[in-house]
Formats: sequence, structure tokens, C-alpha cells
Amino acid sequence: MKDTEGYVTEDGRQIGGVLMEMQNITLRFGGVVAINDISFDIREGEIRAIIGPNGAGKSSMLNIISGFYTPSEGQLIYKGSPRPQMKPYEVARMGVARTFQNIALFEGMTVLDNVMTGRLTHMKSGILSQAVWWGKARDEELANREVVEKVIDFLEIQNIRKTPVGRLPYGLKKRVELARALAAEPSLLLLDEPMAGMNVEEKEDMSRFILDVNDEFGTTIALIEHDMGVVMDLSDRVVVMDYGKKIGDGTPDEVRNNQDVIDAYLGVAH
Amino acid sequence: MFYRTAGQFKTSYKADQALFPVRQDAILLMVILAFAWVVFPLTASEFTFQTLLIPVLIYALAAMGLNILTGFAGQLSLGTAAFMGVGAYACYKLITIFPWMNPIVAIMLSGIFSAGIGVAFGIPSLRIKGFYLAIATLAAQFFLVWLFEKWAWLYNYNASGAIQVPNIEMAGVWISGPQASSITQYYVVLAVVTIMTILCINLTRGTLGRTWKATRDMDIAAELIGINLMKSKLTAFAISSYIVGVSGALFVFMWRGAAEPNLFDIQLSFRVLFIAIIGGLGSIMGNYLGAILIVGLPVVLNIVPSALGIPISSATVEHLNIMIVGALIIFFLIIEPHGLNQLWRLIREKLTIWPFPH
Repeated sequence: MKDTEGYVTEDGRQIGGVLMEMQNITLRFGGVVAINDISFDIREGEIRAIIGPNGAGKSSMLNIISGFYTPSEGQLIYKGSPRPQMKPYEVARMGVARTFQNIALFEGMTVLDNVMTGRLTHMKSGILSQAVWWGKARDEELANREVVEKVIDFLEIQNIRKTPVGRLPYGLKKRVELARALAAEPSLLLLDEPMAGMNVEEKEDMSRFILDVNDEFGTTIALIEHDMGVVMDLSDRVVVMDYGKKIGDGTPDEVRNNQDVIDAYLGVAH
Repeated sequence: MFYRTAGQFKTSYKADQALFPVRQDAILLMVILAFAWVVFPLTASEFTFQTLLIPVLIYALAAMGLNILTGFAGQLSLGTAAFMGVGAYACYKLITIFPWMNPIVAIMLSGIFSAGIGVAFGIPSLRIKGFYLAIATLAAQFFLVWLFEKWAWLYNYNASGAIQVPNIEMAGVWISGPQASSITQYYVVLAVVTIMTILCINLTRGTLGRTWKATRDMDIAAELIGINLMKSKLTAFAISSYIVGVSGALFVFMWRGAAEPNLFDIQLSFRVLFIAIIGGLGSIMGNYLGAILIVGLPVVLNIVPSALGIPISSATVEHLNIMIVGALIIFFLIIEPHGLNQLWRLIREKLTIWPFPH
């Protein structure tokens, strides 16, 4: 079962062993089957895309990975061992971070504070220490601030550091959200439509950041995206879903030439 | 011109995260503290202590407690007065059961009882939000006031049904009860409030504060980035109720001198809520501004007509008072929904670049 070989991508990056494996995942809401017996894996260091027409169950899949939904059947193998049923915050503490389709930033806080919330899983000082702002709490605050500042530098949002998030334009909010997820230094980063609603320029920026993140920190990324051009350019392997079923899985080229996938996207005469 | 931050460079994150990164703020605070600790006590009359200084501090503390819960953690509560009551009754019981206990220690301990009860009534917040939660806390308000009335053990079975603050001495000075002088009580209140404010500022700007604000702004996202919502909400209830409880103990022991159960009725809850809203939800300084307005305005309205020689009966003053305070609340909510604190922040922002706004 355990496969640690990996593979080498077209551009020569070495992809590692399996980080997370979905085994026969089924998700039902009452009588509706949102996800039907899907299995695939995400390997260390790769950019894995999940695509499919609207309502295919992509976001549900992401919600299962991040612990927001519990699968009705099947299990997840994370870092080699089956993941028990757990709360979303526990999943986050195991190194899974995500962004959201509709921006879910904390509007009342500054960019800096928002990104700092991404570090909460790494901060452990007690209430008393925080109340007097001395010793552990203060050291922790400073150490984590350094990490956060690196992320802020990396995503080029230094100039809006102290701006309340509510005042920012859409594209920047998306970037701040990415910063918050990155600040957690996740082993697996989930991006739910990172480019939705962006213009070409913003998409280019975002693509560059996604590639840089993968390149620089070696972060494994799983993303959902509708823009086919972006998906095919960015990702190493693609899972295609339609009506809750997996209809294709492979490199972008393989998927592009898969008849089922073409049918699902273009429609087919019945 | 006087509030310019140009030229104040930070060379470390430590300096940037200092309590007052802007030098002028620190100076202003020093001035305010000097007034509070030296100038007011030296110049204030008995009347000023009793009608302005002490109540402003106590109300500001109560509002700060509520603000932690409602303004920072986003959990609406209408039970503040009841939790103040818990603090006051707990303090009374502590002092009568252990007469040797240091009164300040008793006041600080009484908050713990309030915190416990606050957590118990905070448990519904794990399931319900917003207005529905407000109704749940309203249940606390009515239940606890009823309990203060019916449970005679709380007021030591005395005939009046009220608690009477005994004379308590500390280091040779009367600090509570009829014997105590206003200035001593003022200093006790001021010391407690100053310390609590510092602790609150630290809590709200640190990890816990960010946890609360994340819970307030978007709870689902908060949970998905690793925040345990139950812990976040219950710590907010605990800390908020602790502060509110301490303020309740101060309210009775350092100011009113006696309390009946209906002192802690919903009127008081609303009063504290108004202070928090007018001052600014999600701020610490706003509580002071709100308390100054709500406590100070009636006093000013009382004094001004007589000072100007306008004959107005005290009943009319009372009516005017209610009308003006009501109108002001509406006015402030329209002009600046985020309260006086936000106005102050805007002024600071404008001043930083004044007189060249571009």
C-alpha cells in the first residue's frame, strides 16, 4: 500500500511519497450523493488540482479534507495513518490550512492580525502570561511576528500591513487569505478557487505566488479552479469529477485527452 | 502638527508592538494618569467623587467586561447586571464569612464566582448566536436577580433583604462602609481599574484577543484555521464575567454601600450595554469615553441650568436628562456606529497628516 517512490515532473521537480490518500470516499446529504466512491492521492510537494463542472462535488471534497464534513463512507490516510473523525480545528493543527471560495477573512482586524491568526496553532502561552505581556507570551509574539513578516514579504503585501481588511479590494483580500493560510506553515495547503473573480493580471500574480510557494517552501497544494488554462499550467496532476464521481485522474495532458472528461465539459449527445 | 508620527522609526518588531508605538499617545496617557492619580484626588469635592469619579471608573470597568464578550468575542449578552450582582453578593459573603480577609483580596476573589456562573450561562453560546443568545443571557438576568431575592442565605437572613457593607479596615484606614472616606475608596477603585485595564489591553492584543476577534468576525473560518470555538467562547465568558463581577463588587463595596436585589435589574444591564456601544464595541478606551458620557451627562445637565440661573424643577431635569441621553445615543449610532473610540481613531488618523491631507 505504502508508496514512497514518487515521480519526477515535466519540469524536473522530484515529487515525494503519498501525503494524503482518499480511499473510497462517499458523502451523502440525506438521499443526495454528493461524492460517490472516490479515491485519489496527494503526494508530497506536488500541485494537485481538482476540477469539474459546477456541482460536481469539488468543494465538498475539499471540505472533507479540511474536516468540515465527515465522509459517510471511506477513509483518509494522512501521513501514513488513517485519520480518525476529528473537528476542523484539530485537522488544522495537524498541518492542513485552506483558503475559501468566498473570502473568509476577519474583516474587523488588520492584515497583520489576520495573518497572525494563521499562527495560532503554533502559539501556546497561557492566559496569565498573555495578560501581563511578559516572558513566554511576549517572546512567542515576537517569534511568530517574524514568521508572519516573512510571509508578508513573500506575498508583497508589506504596504497594507496595518490596514483593516475590510478596506481592501478583492484581489488583495484573496492574497491576504493566502498569507493567513501560509503563515500556519501547513504540510497541505488547500485552495478553493484562488482565482475566482480576478482579472487576468491578478490571476497571473496569484499563479506566480502559488508556484513560488510550492517551489520555495515545498508546500503540497491541492486546489480547485475553474480557469482551465490556469489549472493545466499550474498543476502536476489533475483529478476530474462530475456528478460526484471521478472521471479522470492524471497529468494535465492525459486529462485533456480523456474522452470522459471532454464529454463532461462539452456535453455529449445521449 | 502636534500629532505627527513622521520621524518615529521602529527598528524592531518589539518596538512596533509596544503598547504605545506613537510617542504622543504615551505622553497623553501620562497626562491622563497624572490627572487621575494626583490632580483629581487633590481637587475633587465629596460630590465629585461620589457622582463622577468613582462611578465613571466602576461603570467603565463593567463595560470593559461586557466589551470583552460582546465587542471582542461577538457574543451578545444582556445579563451584565446579574453578573455584577454575583460579584457583589459573593464579596459580601466572603467578607462576612471570613471577616479577617483583606477586602481587596475579597473583591478580586468574588470575580471568580461570577466567572464560574458566566461560563455556565455561556454554554448555550456554543449552539446559538446573536439575538437568540441575548435571550439566553436574559434568562440569566432574571433568574439571578430572583435568586438574590429568594435565597436568604445570600444576604445573611437580614430583615431588609438587602446587603449592607460593613466597615472594613485595611492598614489602619477605613476602606469600605460608612466610615470610609471617598478619597480612599477612589484610590482603591482606581488601582483595581488601572490594573484590570492593563491586563485587558494585553489580553486583547495578544493571542487570545485574536482568537476572540476571529470568532466574532467569522466563526466558521476561525474553526477551520485551528481555533477551538468552544474554548474561545468560554474563555471570553469567563474573563468577561470575572471583570464584570469585580466591577459589581466595587459597585457595592466602594460606591453604593448597600444593595438590594433590584439594583441589579435589567436597567443596569442596559446602562452598561449603552456605555459599551456608545464607547465603541471592540475597544478598551471606548468604555471610558462611554462611561464619562453616560455618567457625566446627567450631572452636567443638573448643574448647568442652576448655574445659569434658569429655574427648572428637578423633575423636569430628570425628564430632559432621559430625552437628551436617548437622543445622543441615536445620534452617535448614526454618526459613528463604531462609537466614540472610532471617532477618536479617525481624529488621530486625520491629525497625523494634518494640515496636508494628500
